Amino acid sequence: MNQIPHHPQIPIFLTINGTLHELKVEPWVTLLDLLRERLSLTGTKKGCDQGQCGACTVLVDGKRVNSCLALAVSRDGAEITTIEGLAENGELHPLQVAFIERDAFQCGYCTPGQICSAAGLLAEGHTPSRAEIREHMSGNLCRCGAYTNIADAVEDVLMPRIAAKEAAE
Amino acid sequence: MSVGEITHIGRPTNRVDGKLKVTGQAHYAAEYPADDLLYGYIVGSTTAAGRIAAMDLDAARQFPGVVEIFTHENRSKAAWLDRSWRDEVAPPGHPFRPLNSDRILFDGQPVALIVAETFEAARDAASLVRIAYDVDAHCTELEAKRAEAYAPPKKRSGIPPPPDPRGDAEQAFQNAPVKISRDYRINAEHHNPMEMFATTCVFEGDGKLTIYDKTQGSQNAQGYVTSVFGLRSKDVRLVNQYVGGAFGAGLRPQHQLFFAVMASLELERSVRVSLTRAQMFHIGYRPDSYHTVSLAADRDGRLQSIMHDAVASTSHYEDYQEAVVNWSGMMYHCDNVKLTYQLAKLDTATPCDMRAPGAAIGVTALECALDELSYELGIGPLEIRRINFASKDENTNKQFTSKALLECYSEGAAAFGWEKRSPRPRAMKEGRELIGWGVSTGMWDAFLQKAQATATLKVDGTLEVATAASDIGTGTWTILTQIGAEAFGLPLEDVQARIGDSTLPMSPVEGGSWTAASNGSAVQAACDAVKHSLFKQARKMANSPLADASFKDVEVRDRRIFRKDDPARGLSIFEVMHAAELTEITEQGKVSPNLRQMLKYISYTNSAVFAEVRVDEDLGVVRVTRVVCAAAAGKILNPKTARSQILGGVVMGIGMALHEEAMTDHRLGKIMNANLGEYHFPAHADIEDIEVIFVDEKDDKVSPLGVKGLGEIGIVGTASAVANAIFHATGVRVRDFPITIDKILNSPRPS
Repeated sequence: MNQIPHHPQIPIFLTINGTLHELKVEPWVTLLDLLRERLSLTGTKKGCDQGQCGACTVLVDGKRVNSCLALAVSRDGAEITTIEGLAENGELHPLQVAFIERDAFQCGYCTPGQICSAAGLLAEGHTPSRAEIREHMSGNLCRCGAYTNIADAVEDVLMPRIAAKEAAE
Repeated sequence: MSVGEITHIGRPTNRVDGKLKVTGQAHYAAEYPADDLLYGYIVGSTTAAGRIAAMDLDAARQFPGVVEIFTHENRSKAAWLDRSWRDEVAPPGHPFRPLNSDRILFDGQPVALIVAETFEAARDAASLVRIAYDVDAHCTELEAKRAEAYAPPKKRSGIPPPPDPRGDAEQAFQNAPVKISRDYRINAEHHNPMEMFATTCVFEGDGKLTIYDKTQGSQNAQGYVTSVFGLRSKDVRLVNQYVGGAFGAGLRPQHQLFFAVMASLELERSVRVSLTRAQMFHIGYRPDSYHTVSLAADRDGRLQSIMHDAVASTSHYEDYQEAVVNWSGMMYHCDNVKLTYQLAKLDTATPCDMRAPGAAIGVTALECALDELSYELGIGPLEIRRINFASKDENTNKQFTSKALLECYSEGAAAFGWEKRSPRPRAMKEGRELIGWGVSTGMWDAFLQKAQATATLKVDGTLEVATAASDIGTGTWTILTQIGAEAFGLPLEDVQARIGDSTLPMSPVEGGSWTAASNGSAVQAACDAVKHSLFKQARKMANSPLADASFKDVEVRDRRIFRKDDPARGLSIFEVMHAAELTEITEQGKVSPNLRQMLKYISYTNSAVFAEVRVDEDLGVVRVTRVVCAAAAGKILNPKTARSQILGGVVMGIGMALHEEAMTDHRLGKIMNANLGEYHFPAHADIEDIEVIFVDEKDDKVSPLGVKGLGEIGIVGTASAVANAIFHATGVRVRDFPITIDKILNSPRPS
C-alpha cells in the first residue's frame, strides 16, 4: 500500500481469521477497504459502500456487521472473521457446503456476505422458521435472485442445529 | 459405477466454480493485485444538460496523495471517428466519449477523473472539485416528449423492427363484439448487479496491458480498448473470469474501462477505477415506456385484432432500440395486427439492454391487456391463451423449431392448482388478505450465434475446453465442463474449462440467452474434432484393434477409445498418443447459424407463469406468495443451474411488478433514488415460494446441442402474472408499473 505524507496513521490491532495483525491506518479507512485493498482479503465484497446491500458482511466479535460502515480504527482489538476464515483445517463450513449443494448463488458476488450473515444468524437464537430466516437475511441483497435457494441452504444448517440443541435441553 | 456410465448432460450438477465462490477465492475485476497501483475516482456532472463553464481543481490537486486529475481539458488523444468507439452491441448514433468536450449530455456524466495513491485520497479529493455549469434546458420526462416520438430511422443491428401490419387491425377492431384499449406505463429500471463496475488495468511495460474488467464480453471490451486508444490487439489482454452479475449492463464497455486504461497509459502505472453505486445509475437502464394495447375478439375469445403502440426513452446521442411490440404479433394467432414502436429523446444516458430487453416490457403490456380482455369476454385467462395459441410465427410466417407451450400451460396449471381458481375477482380471502391468482405467457428468442472453441486432450486423458465466453452467474463454467466431460466420458474433475479471457477462441458477448447454445455447441464441435483426430491416430497404429473400424463405430470413454460393439477392442489414450509421439491433441470447433434453415424456421423459448398474491385489504401491501414458472427451453444441460436461472428471472420480474423504478426529479433531471436503499429490488423477505418446471421439449434444429437458453425467459411474463393476480385479488387494475401500495389504495375500489 502506498504511503501518503501528511496522512495520520493510527496504530491498531486486529485479529483477522485467527491471525493477529498490527496495523497502521488512516482514521478514515473503512474495515472493508482495509480488508480488500490493504490486506488482500478480497473475499469480502463491496456492493454499495453505504450499508444497504450486505455484500461486505463480516463477523466482528461473532456478530455480523457491514464492514463498509465500520471504520477500521473503531474496531481496534476486535476479532474479525471473513469468508476466508470460515473453513477450518481445510474443511468447508457447513453453510459453505449447503450453499454449493443448494445452488444458493449465481454470480457469487453477494455470497460471502450471505454466508457470513447466515453464520451470524445461527448464533442469534431466532425462532426457527422459514419466515424468520427470510426476515433476518433481508439485509443481504442478491440481484441474481437466489433467495429461495439461500433460504434452503440456511435452513439445512440451522434446523438440525436447533433440533440438536432442543434435544440436549 | 464406472465413469463410463456417467451421463453429465441433463444431470443436476453443482457449479464447478462453487467452492471458489463460497470461500471468497473467485476474483472479480477490482480484486486483482498490481504493483504500485493507483486508484481512479470519477467525478460526475451535477446537471443534466449544458456546458462546463469553469472547473476549480486546485483544492483537489493539492490533496495529499493525488497524482493527476483528468478533465476534458487535458484528456489524452483518443480515436476521432464514431466507429472507433462503437462496440459490438452499440445502437446507431454517436457513442459517448468520456471527457470529450465541455458538453453535458446527462446528469452524472463523468467530467473528471481523480487519480491518487489510495482509494480514499482519490475519493476525498473528488469531493473538493468545484465545477460551474452553463445550464441548458433539459427534459427527462418521457410523457413530455411523447408528442415528439419518432420511429428510429436507422435500425439497430440484430433488433428486428416491428413487422408490417397484416390484415386491417383498425377495421377488425371496430367490427369485433368484444374489445378493450388500455394504456400501460412501465417505469425505467436499473440493472444494479451486486458487483459495482470496476476495471484494474495492469501496466505491464513494453506497451502491454492486462485488463481485468467487469464485462459480459472480454473480446468486445478488448476491441473497444484497442480501437479507442489505437493499441495493437496483441498488446491488450482483457480478463473477466468472474463477473458479479450484469443483466445486460456489462454488454457495452462502461466508463470505468475507458478511465482505467486512459490513466494507465498516461501515467504508465497500473490503475484501478470502480464506479460507485450511485454512478451505476448513470450507465444505462431499461427504458421508460408507454404502451397502448388494443385487443378485440369474437364471443368465443378468438382474437380479431391486435394493436400495440409503444414509446420508449432513448438519449440524445444514440437511438437505443429493442424488440418491444413484435411479441404482440406472434404470441397469439391473429389475422389483423398493427404494431408501432417509437423513441423519444431525453437528457439521460443511453438506455441499455436489461434482462429480456423489449420482451420484458412489451409482453407485460400485452399479457395484462389479454387478461383484461378475458374478463370482458367471461372466458378464463388461461383458456383465452389456449384458444389463441399460435402454431407459427405470424410476423415472419416461419415455422417454430419447437413450441411446447401448451405443455407449459397444463403442467404449470396442475402444479399450481389452477383448476381451484374462482373466476370472479375478490372472491378469495383469508384473514385481512385478499388472494388472487394470475397467469401469463412468456416468450424469448432462442438464438444461436457464431462462436468458436478449442478442446485439448492431454496424454493423461484429461481435457481442457476453451472459449472466450463469460459466466455472469449463468453457470457457463459448469455447463462447458459438463459438455467436455460428456464427450470424453470423463469425471468433471478431469475437465478444465477456460473462459473469461479475450485471448481465447472467438465468442460473442454473454447475452441474449445464447451462450449455452452457441459456446456449448462450439465446445462440443471441438471435442468431436479431437475425437476424430484421436481415432485417426489410433487407426494408424500397428496392429490397431480399430484398424477396420470407422469413426461412427467407436466411442471414447474412461480414457480409452474403443469399439462400441466390442468395448474390449480398443486402446488407451496414453497408448495412442505415445505411439504418435504426441503430448496432446488440440482441435478447433465452430458454430454459426444455419442460414438455409432460418429461411423456414425460427426458434423461441416459451413459458407459462402462474402467480399467487395476497393483498392486505386495508394497507394495500402485496405479497407474492407463490409462483410457478413452467418453461419449454429445449434440452436442459444442468437442471440445477438452469432452475437458478429461472428463479433469478422470476425474482427480477417480481421486482418489475412491485418495486423497481428510477424516481427522477424532472425539475432537476436527477435520479433521486440512486442507491440500493431507495431503489428497492426484491430482498429475502419479498420472495416466498417459487417452483420451476421444465417441460419436455425435443428440438433438433435450434442448436447442435438442442439447447435454447434460459437467461431471460424467467422474467418474461412474471410481472404480468403478478399484475393479473393483483387484479384477481382486489378487482383493482393498476396499469402503471411498479404496482406500489399507493397506486392500489388510490384506485377506485370496485363495487
